[in-house]
Amino acid sequence: MDIFLQSMINGVTLGSIYGLIAIGYTMVFGIIGMVNFAHGDVFMLSAFVALILFLVLTQLLGIANVALAFVVVLVAAMAITALWSWTIERVAYRPLRGSFRLAPLISAIGMSIFLSNMVQVIQGPRNKTIPPMFDQVIKVTQGGSYDVTLSYKQIIIIVSTTVLMAGFWFLVQKTPLGRAQRACEQDRRMASLLGIDVDRTISLTFVIGAALAAVAGVLYLSYYGVVSFADGFVPGVKAFTAAVLGGIGSLPGAVLGGLLIGLIEVLWSTYVSTDYKDVAAFSILAITLIFMPTGLLGRPEIEKV
Amino acid sequence: MLMETAKPVPGAPTKAAAPAPAFDLVAALKSAAFSAIVTLGLGFPLLAYDTHPDISNALIVVPRWSWAIVAAVVVFAGRFLGLLLNARPRAAKRPQQLRVPSRGETLLKANLVWFALAALVAFPIVMLGLLGSGGSLKWINNYGIQILIYVMLGWGLNIVVGLAGLLDLGYVAFYAVGAYSYALLSTTYGLSFWICLPLAGILAAFWGMILGFPVLRLRGDYLAIVTLAFGEIIRIVLINWTDLTNGYAGIASIPRATFFGVPFVDDEGGFSRLFGIEYSPIQRTIFLFYVILALALLTNFVTLRLRRLPVGRAWEALREDEIACRSLGINTVNTKLTAFALGAMFGGFAGSFFAVRQGFVSPESFTFIESATILAIVVLGGMGSQIGVAIAATVLIGGTELLRELDFLKRIFGEGFDPVQYRMLIFGGGMVLMMIWRPRGIIATRQPSIFLKQRKAISSDMVKEGHG
Repeated sequence: MDIFLQSMINGVTLGSIYGLIAIGYTMVFGIIGMVNFAHGDVFMLSAFVALILFLVLTQLLGIANVALAFVVVLVAAMAITALWSWTIERVAYRPLRGSFRLAPLISAIGMSIFLSNMVQVIQGPRNKTIPPMFDQVIKVTQGGSYDVTLSYKQIIIIVSTTVLMAGFWFLVQKTPLGRAQRACEQDRRMASLLGIDVDRTISLTFVIGAALAAVAGVLYLSYYGVVSFADGFVPGVKAFTAAVLGGIGSLPGAVLGGLLIGLIEVLWSTYVSTDYKDVAAFSILAITLIFMPTGLLGRPEIEKV
Repeated sequence: MLMETAKPVPGAPTKAAAPAPAFDLVAALKSAAFSAIVTLGLGFPLLAYDTHPDISNALIVVPRWSWAIVAAVVVFAGRFLGLLLNARPRAAKRPQQLRVPSRGETLLKANLVWFALAALVAFPIVMLGLLGSGGSLKWINNYGIQILIYVMLGWGLNIVVGLAGLLDLGYVAFYAVGAYSYALLSTTYGLSFWICLPLAGILAAFWGMILGFPVLRLRGDYLAIVTLAFGEIIRIVLINWTDLTNGYAGIASIPRATFFGVPFVDDEGGFSRLFGIEYSPIQRTIFLFYVILALALLTNFVTLRLRRLPVGRAWEALREDEIACRSLGINTVNTKLTAFALGAMFGGFAGSFFAVRQGFVSPESFTFIESATILAIVVLGGMGSQIGVAIAATVLIGGTELLRELDFLKRIFGEGFDPVQYRMLIFGGGMVLMMIWRPRGIIATRQPSIFLKQRKAISSDMVKEGHG
């Protein structure tokens, strides 16, 4: 029972990170119907940005307060990653609007390869580690067969994800930008006829998605303390699985899917097999797409002639 | 739409009439400066600081601003030159016409194929004559065989992606099935390559059917993602099922290829003694070259013939419009399944060849990057175009091999510079640029496989691949 509780805590933590990445996939898919294959690598890039910034702050500028450094790194990484995503959309996806359907997907695969190898070339192929931070823990239960712990890191991850989700929900539901975005999602041509700058809205979608992925990247780095250039692919696919499981195009679905994927992965590792934990995620992806392509909260897609 | 001849749409706007705009220096400088500032922003932490472990293995960070500044200057110059060249008055762009090749041209083209074939057959002999047995090994092995493997994989995937319009991101799974089939069958049961080759193809096709059956009713990009998931699952199983596959360590000492039972050894009963020639290790390489050439040509031949059969026509019809196909009574699942299984079968052949050539297989050879490479070859070649795929494979694989030759760059950029590590970087960037400049691939016209009265090339803009 204690192990189960611990797995649940770890699963929710991991699921929060997947959920944050999944929002980027689901928003971009919702608005331009494209699987942004490079999104996982944008996430990896943000973790690298955070790693370097953290080292710069603590080593070169001598900031000893870890919490302050963490907040500065978080904000800066969001901004820089958003700029990356904006540039990627501008260079690799925008010229392809109106091209045949697979063109953006292929371009995104190229971009994904480009980004991970760029990081490999300019920062080296080794794993990069940072000293552990916030490693105090709270004991949830004691005296049983196993001490269930909740670390400060996990609290930070779950709290910041919840706060960001709430802010993001407000942005999409209540602001003119969110309204424009939802309009573009429904009918891009009609939205442009009504005076919405569609290109700008799409750019902003990429920017917001990347900023959320950057939060995930910073949290991932602080949680595991290590990142390498190849770390974009598998979390990327898992986050995409989360988006599909929740129903692609649906924002609450992405969060729900993320939490489910995180829980399933941790429970699978605990009770079945660590070696095959990625197989669990990939199988869920395949099974969901085959038997339930609209996901848990998605809208059914109508096929028109 | 393949059966119709394309006509220019009357009243279509022509861009040629617009006068070339005058070059606006200030605007161009502003735009270039903006790009440079964005580049500085992008490169701020990643380029401007280097991280490396110190003696106690803790990461330290070192400023490296020169890299970021060089990148910004390069982007500035590139953007400015791009705008400058774009603004120069160009010759009025002719409206794109769909040209019907004349009789002479068609003859030349038909002969071109035979010339190319003759050149390929003569390639190892010529190389051997020119460079001797030591010097030619690199050319025959690294260029010849390597490129031909990818040509074959490209043609195999072309059946799935180019003809049937199903985007498959997990093609490497079938390549892996073929390679492991040969590796396991030969090391466990001692079966020879020539028995294992068809078995590997059958097993791969079988896997293609097992995996294909549930997923083939999905549409375009979902299918792509599910095939990617299957590719990864197979790789993870290969890594973790150590009893069968020996995990990461892979399967070594796989029996090498023999000349239909005659081994390539310097021994009694070896190939060289049998034919009374001097022994040289290159004989096996040349033999492997002809094997993969024959396999690739078989793939091409089967594809070309299948395109004329009802099933091939059904593939192309399916690619164009699935709903229309269903309304006309084509069994879409079976049609897709044949394409998937046939593509997988050729992937299995290629994998089996890969195993016999390397003598060693491990899961490292079957990563997603490999699938992406093969897909890139098909896409850049022009989906559905056989010759385009061959050209793309030669350029991409030959090009990356050529990077190994660029040692002179070390003299310019210093000893630490290794052009090979830029291989995948150039590759990914190339995929993006190709999609922007020439999304239809190198060969952007199609020969319809069925026509009314007269054969006409059609622009591939008329072909809407990918609506799987």
